[in-house]
Amino acid sequence: MNRCFSPLTRTVWLSIVALCIQAFSVQAIADWVYVSNEKDDTISIIDTTTNEVIKTLEVGERPRGVTLSQDYKFLFICASDSDTVQVMDIATNKILHELPSGEDPEQFALHPDNKHLYIANEDDAVATVVNIESRTVVAQIDVGVEPEGMAVSHNGKWAIVTSETSNMAHWIDTSKNEIVANTLVDQRPRDAEFNADDTELWVSSEIGGTVSIMDTATQQIKHILTFEIPGISANRIQPVGMELTSDGKLAFIALGPANHVAVVDRSNFEVIDYILVGRRVWHLALTPDETRLYTSNGVSGDVTMVDVEKLKPIKTIKVGRFPWGLAILPAASIPQ
Amino acid sequence: MSFVRTLVAVVISFVLLPLPSYADDSLSVSILYLEEKVSRPPVLSRLVVWPEDEGLLGAQLGVDDNNTTGKFLNQDYQLQSLIVPEGEPLAEPLIKALAGSPGLVIANVPKSTLLRIAALPEAQNVLFFNAREQANSMRSADCRANVLHTMASRAMLSDALMQFYNLRKWRKLFLIEGTHDGDKEYADAFRRSAKKFGLKIQYDKKWLANADIRRTAAQEVPLFTQGRKYDALIVADEQRDFAPYLLYNTWLPRPMGGSAGLKPAVWSSVVEQWGAVQLQTRFSKLADRGMTSVDYANWVAVRSIGEAVTRTKSTDASVVREYLLSDEFELAGFKGTALSYRKWNGQLRQPIPLVHPEAVVANAPIAGFLHESNELDTLGLALSETDCEQF
Repeated sequence: MNRCFSPLTRTVWLSIVALCIQAFSVQAIADWVYVSNEKDDTISIIDTTTNEVIKTLEVGERPRGVTLSQDYKFLFICASDSDTVQVMDIATNKILHELPSGEDPEQFALHPDNKHLYIANEDDAVATVVNIESRTVVAQIDVGVEPEGMAVSHNGKWAIVTSETSNMAHWIDTSKNEIVANTLVDQRPRDAEFNADDTELWVSSEIGGTVSIMDTATQQIKHILTFEIPGISANRIQPVGMELTSDGKLAFIALGPANHVAVVDRSNFEVIDYILVGRRVWHLALTPDETRLYTSNGVSGDVTMVDVEKLKPIKTIKVGRFPWGLAILPAASIPQ
Repeated sequence: MSFVRTLVAVVISFVLLPLPSYADDSLSVSILYLEEKVSRPPVLSRLVVWPEDEGLLGAQLGVDDNNTTGKFLNQDYQLQSLIVPEGEPLAEPLIKALAGSPGLVIANVPKSTLLRIAALPEAQNVLFFNAREQANSMRSADCRANVLHTMASRAMLSDALMQFYNLRKWRKLFLIEGTHDGDKEYADAFRRSAKKFGLKIQYDKKWLANADIRRTAAQEVPLFTQGRKYDALIVADEQRDFAPYLLYNTWLPRPMGGSAGLKPAVWSSVVEQWGAVQLQTRFSKLADRGMTSVDYANWVAVRSIGEAVTRTKSTDASVVREYLLSDEFELAGFKGTALSYRKWNGQLRQPIPLVHPEAVVANAPIAGFLHESNELDTLGLALSETDCEQF
């Protein structure tokens, strides 16, 4: 009896130890993920130690883009149907005030000066620049039809707007808030991301099914990524949100209704893996230590946590209806 | 014609050259909106109204969208319009209007007129976009090399609905055919599609348009639709004459599709997925009404031109045509997938939403209907089904 039982016990023990180690390592990181739920007018907060929703906050109508201030004291929320950007106090979860955003704000990006917010106004074919301290509109810039993605380079020199129906990335010189160049990309550009040293701009094209990688110096496309997943028809592969790791090695690209996230080896622009996540994956966010990736899955109403080292989905977390934007608050900044 | 075009090109370049801020890459694109007003037969309801500016405003929005993009590329689009009453000679004013234009025409005319103008010697270098006529024959034996189609054919609409019936396993069908022009062709399209997707038309009847049934529908329609077993009905009544009164009055309580109930459409004001709300909002700001299938077909024709001009940097109709029919062309049209033109008959491939007045029920092609090259080609006349020889 004892002899028969002991190997089993050993296996059980081993797995318990493994589980403990895993649980312990999970305990070590404790960031918060803010998720905007477009169809519920709420924000869910996920604690990354437990990977459960710990709070659901009511915000303005149709929240989409969310981003944190550089000091992590405020969360900015594009409340698209309220035609405003709300500023939430991280310490109290209260909406402090609203910023004049222009009509139908969809996405935005904060300039590294922590002072200027660049906002895409989807219905109005303009981008609005708001000073978040004086709460005034500094500039409105005419852009193409249906501006969508917004990115500001890390050095603060460039602001990029993508316009979905004009199929362009507009290059705004932030020193004068004027468009100085336009790059045509494939159909329905969505997200724009700079790499860490701002030498490359990545733009995803949802209907084109591609990602264009541009050289910042020339604004010319130097590489176009395409995707192929066995068993999934090409027209369901629709690149949307992107995240680039700061070490320059990997890129993650959400593929919308293909329900997968593509993993790109940036040394040779090869797609090395496709990670299965929830339905119609929209946007992505890496934790500050870049060990995990969170994905918002619009149609299934959940968030997937992906282990970046193993490139495996670990857990699905139910949030509100149509989760859209993601922003991650580092452990050190979580209010006590 | 070519002499006229050269002359015009010279005139245009002469006009544009002195402008200092616009370099030689600037393009001026004039698009002609062509419409022949068609009288409609009287229908029972006095509330059925067809917007007077249907089509024209779709094209106008397309031009506005092209210009928003064009201003970053030194492109300027203008819409000319030529609208004539029914039966009036069109050839002469058309030739006049085409003089000096790049020869890009959005046609909103019946089939007979379209065939006549497409055959004009002066129109051989013109590219027509058929944005209204649904005749299957124009995508088959009556196709014309200088005509592309942004309006869906009846076969595309009927295939879309029959795919959905198949999905729901509604296999035994009751077909009702109306008496107005087009109803027979629409009913024929359903007969073809039912066969294509393995459904059986158990009852096939022609509506008798000899009485006002608005007050007696509850008595008349059950008798007319008597039958032992059917899973669903199809009604072909393009003018919406009697079809709306059939709903809820059938002998067996069964769903209905076609011209009443679940409608296959190129566009509808209830479409909201895939960013469509933005297009709907822009259109209703311009038109103060909802966007229809005809408006959409006009919009998408003008957007196709915009895309071709942007990518080829040419306004020449033959360059535009070649690009639109090439593998490079694709267009985002708020339908969740890239739109393109079929190389064998010039028909725009597009998903067909199935709608009721308040929501989209499904989007065809329905997942699971496979095609060797493009699932959108499960809708309408496939290469093997067309007799088109001009492409």
